[in-house]
Amino acid sequence: MTSLTAAQVPAGTDRRSERVERIRQAAYRIRRNALDMGEVQGQGYIGQALGVADVLAVVYTDQLRYRPDDPDWPDRDRFLLSIGHYAIAAYAAMAEAGIIPIEELETYGSDGSRLPMSAMASYTPGMEISGGSLGHGLGVATGMALGLRHLGNPARVFNLLSDGELDEGSTWEAAMSCAHHGLDNVTAIVDVNALQADGPTVGVLRTEPLTEKWRAFGWHAVRVDGNDVAALVAAFDEVREHRGSPSVVICDTRIGSGVPLLESREKAHFMRVDENEWQIARDQLEEGLAR
Amino acid sequence: MTSTAPRKKLTTSAMIASFADPGQRTTSAPFGHALNRLAEERPEVVGLSADLAKYTDMHVFRDAHPDRFFQMGMAEQTLLGAAAGMAEVGLVPFASTYSVFATRRAYDFLCLDIAEPGLNVNVVGALPGLTTGYGPSHQATEDLAILRGCPNLTIVDPCDSVDIEQAVPALAAAPGPTYLRLLRGAVPTVLDEYDYRFELGKAAELRTGRDVVLISTGLMTMRALQAAERLAADHVDVAVLHVPTIKPLDTEAILRAARTDRLLVTLENHSVVGGLAESVASTLAFAGVGNRVLPIALPDEFLAAGALPTLHDRYGLSTDAIVARVRTGLTDAAPTPRGPWAADPAPATA
Ligand SMILES: Cc1ncc(C[n+]2csc(CCOP(=O)(O)OP(=O)(O)O)c2C)c(N)n1
Ligand SMILES: [Mg+2]
Repeated sequence: MTSLTAAQVPAGTDRRSERVERIRQAAYRIRRNALDMGEVQGQGYIGQALGVADVLAVVYTDQLRYRPDDPDWPDRDRFLLSIGHYAIAAYAAMAEAGIIPIEELETYGSDGSRLPMSAMASYTPGMEISGGSLGHGLGVATGMALGLRHLGNPARVFNLLSDGELDEGSTWEAAMSCAHHGLDNVTAIVDVNALQADGPTVGVLRTEPLTEKWRAFGWHAVRVDGNDVAALVAAFDEVREHRGSPSVVICDTRIGSGVPLLESREKAHFMRVDENEWQIARDQLEEGLAR
Repeated sequence: MTSTAPRKKLTTSAMIASFADPGQRTTSAPFGHALNRLAEERPEVVGLSADLAKYTDMHVFRDAHPDRFFQMGMAEQTLLGAAAGMAEVGLVPFASTYSVFATRRAYDFLCLDIAEPGLNVNVVGALPGLTTGYGPSHQATEDLAILRGCPNLTIVDPCDSVDIEQAVPALAAAPGPTYLRLLRGAVPTVLDEYDYRFELGKAAELRTGRDVVLISTGLMTMRALQAAERLAADHVDVAVLHVPTIKPLDTEAILRAARTDRLLVTLENHSVVGGLAESVASTLAFAGVGNRVLPIALPDEFLAAGALPTLHDRYGLSTDAIVARVRTGLTDAAPTPRGPWAADPAPATA
């Protein structure tokens, strides 16, 4: 298993440590955006959003090529969110990336908003696909990657999946297809938060050993601590150079990461947060950044 | 967040949204408790879910009978394939997921593994029609349209907790495959106020009336009864025929209801394409009965995301919307003259 950790990052690279620090700041703002949105609904997928914030900070502020004011730019890298319920995290990151205005976040999940609770391409600029029904993303990514390659377009296709999505047969059909067609323009990102709707993934449907599984399906697979920005940067830099087969970055993340109050709470797919806890959460997040 | 004044609007609150009216009498998880009661009598009853036990009231059964519950993971095709396998070896499975996933993702498995061999598998689909504001991925607005075309399949769209409690043992007792449009969580309790028992394949007249007959299924029966009450206050006499079994359809009861000059209205929590309205219309047409059918149903479009009450109003399922629709239906109901028909349109020659 290739496990990249911060310790393995080449030492003495000031540029990289600057990069990591910049991304850490972005991740902080993404988390704060997510808390603000979570408060609008009073409950929901805040645990996932905090967990995946570092991954999205790396992807949106360091890896993806896009034009914030031109979401239809043909040469953009595609970021496919197949987990529609992670919309809260995606909007938080897209606001940080300048794709949607920060002021609009307060409309999250409200009537008439462009930011529905479950992400849909028809509602939100920059949202590439309509999620919600899990297990669709990688199939569409396969087609986009085949199509872009066919057209001679060097853009890359990213697909963020959840560990629960690995239960679906369609995910593995697409995984085989990507490998068969040698789609090295595809990067799958799996958020392994070890949780799904009915409880911990181990009790619902065992998916491990993940790295070995993806490799057996013909993928270049890297597994990292998904809340370690330096490790994430190293992993994404490494898979960017890989040729000949699709890559997957398997990210182990902690639900509620960055907010001890929510990290320590019993893990729940749909988390309840009391009204008075949102400010506590914001305060804890800020304290964490200072450390 | 920002200094702009917060625009306080209704929010989706998707997973806990309920269509029950504020203060309405409800029963908690009627499906789960009914399945538990059935399991006491029938040891061959088992439960399965696809990572949605907690969200389909199956957790009630899972907690009471952990050895008879099988967690299949979020893999709906395997859920229904495995349920077929269990039925093949003599068990009576209830397999739950959301309606969209049972019908869209796993339909091939429902059709060929379960329905074609005529197995006693009971597919339980939550969030039928417009019962979540989560958007098209979760709104099963065409599940009846998909499934009505499936041979052998019995389809039940219950109104409330009473219907669900009585349907569960009836579905297990029926030898073939069934599909139940599940209402979950705090489910309204309505039909115990009527002289009513759920009977598989039978429609029930809950209320008689001389001016209008509402032929309704699913949760729309609850709304039909409320609308009838409101219209009665305006001296409009409204009958309600509840049709909990969509297939096989009680065509006799429907034809009986149609053989009057009352305004005939259908009500369903489903697309206007392929559900109750078209079932009733074809029943009448096939029998040579020429009534006009006024459909109250969801439009043939992908629906919006949003708060459930907002959406029920917008798409015409709220009691207010029904009352308004029936009123306009009454005023524009002057029967169109029947023939002599206009000459056949000129044959289309190329
Ligand atoms: C095809 C499909 N089946 C079921 C669901 C219902 N569902 C929504 S999220 C979820 C859990 C999936 O696991 P994961 O995304 O890892 O959950 P999380 O980490 O967010 O708790 C399920 C079963 C769905 N959205 N799509
Ligand atoms: Mg998960």
